[in-house]
Amino acid sequence: MRSGNRFSGRPLHAGVAVGPVLALDQPLSFWGGYSATEGRIVAEGHPQRGMRAVDHVLVMPSEVGSSSSASVFAEAIRLGTAPAAIITGHSDGILLAGALVGAQLYDVVVPIIAMAPEDVARVQTGLMLSIDVDGGCCVEDPDPARAEVQR
Amino acid sequence: MALSLSEEERRTLAGETGAGKQMCMELIVGLGDSQGAQELTPISQAHVDGCLYHGQVGLDFTGRLLELDCRVAVPTTLNVGGADLVHPELFQGDARARRAPERLMADHLKLGCRPTFTCAPYQLPSRPKLGEQIAWGESNAIAYANSVLGARTNRYGDFVDLAAAVVGKVPMSGLHTDDGRVGEILFDVTSVPPQLAVSDAFFPVLGFLVGKEAGRAIPVIEGLPADTTDDQLRALGAAAASSGSVGMFHAVGLTPEAETVADALGDVEAAEVVSVSVQMLRSARDALCTVVGGEIGAVSLGAPHLSPAELRTIADLLEAEDLVVAAGVGAYINTSRHALQAAEEAGVAETLRRAGFDIVVDTCTYIAPIMREVDGPVMTNSAKWAHYAPANIGVEVVFGSLWECLRSARDGAVWRDDALW
Repeated sequence: MRSGNRFSGRPLHAGVAVGPVLALDQPLSFWGGYSATEGRIVAEGHPQRGMRAVDHVLVMPSEVGSSSSASVFAEAIRLGTAPAAIITGHSDGILLAGALVGAQLYDVVVPIIAMAPEDVARVQTGLMLSIDVDGGCCVEDPDPARAEVQR
Repeated sequence: MALSLSEEERRTLAGETGAGKQMCMELIVGLGDSQGAQELTPISQAHVDGCLYHGQVGLDFTGRLLELDCRVAVPTTLNVGGADLVHPELFQGDARARRAPERLMADHLKLGCRPTFTCAPYQLPSRPKLGEQIAWGESNAIAYANSVLGARTNRYGDFVDLAAAVVGKVPMSGLHTDDGRVGEILFDVTSVPPQLAVSDAFFPVLGFLVGKEAGRAIPVIEGLPADTTDDQLRALGAAAASSGSVGMFHAVGLTPEAETVADALGDVEAAEVVSVSVQMLRSARDALCTVVGGEIGAVSLGAPHLSPAELRTIADLLEAEDLVVAAGVGAYINTSRHALQAAEEAGVAETLRRAGFDIVVDTCTYIAPIMREVDGPVMTNSAKWAHYAPANIGVEVVFGSLWECLRSARDGAVWRDDALW
């Protein structure tokens, strides 16, 4: 639910994060779709292909595709090229596994937040979002310098 | 309602049975919480996909578990790795690039997994039975286990598959439950012409279409020929699990939980009905081709790993037609070391090699650098291969029936059986 400048989600992997939103128009498979060396969307034909996701709050309608995505996501956490947090309209547990292992092995927490699909659609690219341990997502005052999505 | 754990499970989560097992239990409990599961259920076996190398994190994970003296608690088979351990000479390029993938495979053996290295664990003697609770990774194996065998597994990804094997339990949710296995979307294939419906090319193409339409819903397919083989259902499931997130499908009159349409749909009307036409199948086939025709550089058969029966079929076709692969065209067969052993004993492997095929085991030509320099598109009878190879190894692809692939291999150029489509 959105109230004022706040969206509420359910933390699947709880943690705090802050960053500019990169909202995906289509679901993303990390395997074959995310470069862990570059921290960039590389999925062939994806509307956000080429966009940098490092340090961004990555918002996606749904996880999709290969179960190997857990490894690619965890490898990005290891390399410091993962998004700051992930908000998803549907979780199939694959990215969650990557996040849990990333925390176990490297002490890096990348929160995973489940959110109602209608709210996911409202979290738009460029918003500055801070995420709390309860899954609350607060829209911060815009900071043009940080909010601009880097190519 | 939150996940409720038994005394023993709580002790494991608290680390009282070892820090490695605790790590694994954290993954299982985290997953269960996210799914809203209320309890864990014991599993009889696991199939682990995490032995395919995707970066140092895989080795860090197995390394930590080994350091903590952790072992799997249930019989555990392994999926393909990043190298063919039986035929190391097939690996192209720098031998150093082979080290990490091979080490990850070896680490899994140290953890107590069996050296099966196949994406077709349902072809092994250990295959699970109707109603058995299991934890399998690898999308095609998951679809086959749920649909064709009637065993029960959710779609387990890297780390969680191994964690389930170590803990011996998974959250009771989704495809593990009766309610989670009910069909949701109906595909009617009764209007597909018989000559196409019995062709081996029909099943992967149909699967590809079904996966695209169904997404993560459970499809019910009505109207498949009564003599459809398990290998054909397998090709269907593998394709559907590539184009969509299909973990289970029902084939009415064929798969064990779908005696009737009503059974498959849980006595409820389908939310959506798709009438499959030849036109739709043709466009699904075309979506599996990045080029239309012309000369080809190689042919790659199998993905998932071909069964002993399929290897025999190929050998019979090659012998009957006295067919030999054209000079300069690479020809590869992807299978398991288990199936290869049977093929060696039956003389089938020799026939395949004589015709010009390289037999690849333990891995697959679309995930490891196996194919020698390919001069031109690669033709394949696998929808899964056609779907993943362009992005994975940067080749153009043409999908075709087995016979179209073999004829094309002989001609060195795409040959189409126009009567089929």
